[in-house]
Amino acid sequence: MIEWLAMGGYGFYVWSSYGMLAIALIVELVGLRRHRRESWRRVADMRAEHASEWAAGPGESKP
Amino acid sequence: MNSPVTPSGSIWFRYASPASFYPLAGRLIPWFGAAAAILAIAGLYVGFAVAPTDWQQGEAYRIIFIHVPAAWMAMFTYLVMAFWCALSLAFNTRLSAMMAQALAPTGAMFAFVSLWTGAFWGRPTWGAYWVWDARLTSTLILLFLYLGFIALRASIDDPRRADRASAVLALVGVINVPIIYFSVRWWNTLHQGSTISMTAAPKMAQTMLVAMLLMTLAAWAYTIAVALYRVRSIMIEREALSGWVGDLERKAGPAAPTLTGATTR
Repeated sequence: MIEWLAMGGYGFYVWSSYGMLAIALIVELVGLRRHRRESWRRVADMRAEHASEWAAGPGESKP
Repeated sequence: MNSPVTPSGSIWFRYASPASFYPLAGRLIPWFGAAAAILAIAGLYVGFAVAPTDWQQGEAYRIIFIHVPAAWMAMFTYLVMAFWCALSLAFNTRLSAMMAQALAPTGAMFAFVSLWTGAFWGRPTWGAYWVWDARLTSTLILLFLYLGFIALRASIDDPRRADRASAVLALVGVINVPIIYFSVRWWNTLHQGSTISMTAAPKMAQTMLVAMLLMTLAAWAYTIAVALYRVRSIMIEREALSGWVGDLERKAGPAAPTLTGATTR
């Protein structure tokens, strides 16, 4: 196992590469989740803001 | 959509509207996500457990299994992004601009990963993390194009104006992609030539090639899954006041953004 991790002396380079890919994927996936939650929050805010306008007129207006 | 009058029984037109694309994308995400995971596991298995040690580079060559797929994905994603930008400029379609916007961060991520892994491959094989070589420099420009695209969008408040400005930037920058691709042929570079080509036999062992192609397919599936996920967030925000987002909001309850993700809304 230790020998495998050493990658014939190139362990530092190989695992720095794969490690950064792992970090990049995690950062992107966590960011996606957060983006989604923020989007729904903004949607709720915007709709709440416009709710009074809609109450005045008939039907929903497109932005 | 259900109107029998429209000639567009064609699936493409049916799903060109955000209201009908949103649920379709939600159904597709788990499939592409699962495909990405399975292909990546298979690719890593073949790459580390089956593929032999390179006679010249030892184990350092195993970086290829992520370096080449990341570089290909960064270039290809840019072409797809530019394609959506061209559509949005030509036809002023809402969805195509949103697709371009959804692809940019993932393209930037892959461009960064290709530069990073290239640096950690270059050090043991060339003796330097970075050289101002044609291919490396043009790939760095690709990363800056992605970042510029994202920054330009973020700096313009009106989404339709942001669509147009960023689309022009993306289309001007598309010239960089063939420059990256052919750079190893046009200039005398330190970067090695194509590992595989359409016309010649691959210059690598069969198992190495299989691992690299599995990882490439994994990158494709990942990019599709992530772009679909991101475009859904972009869609609801940009169409926040339209009826279909209201329906979704009412269905799920406004204060309950679920953590489980894709298919719930």
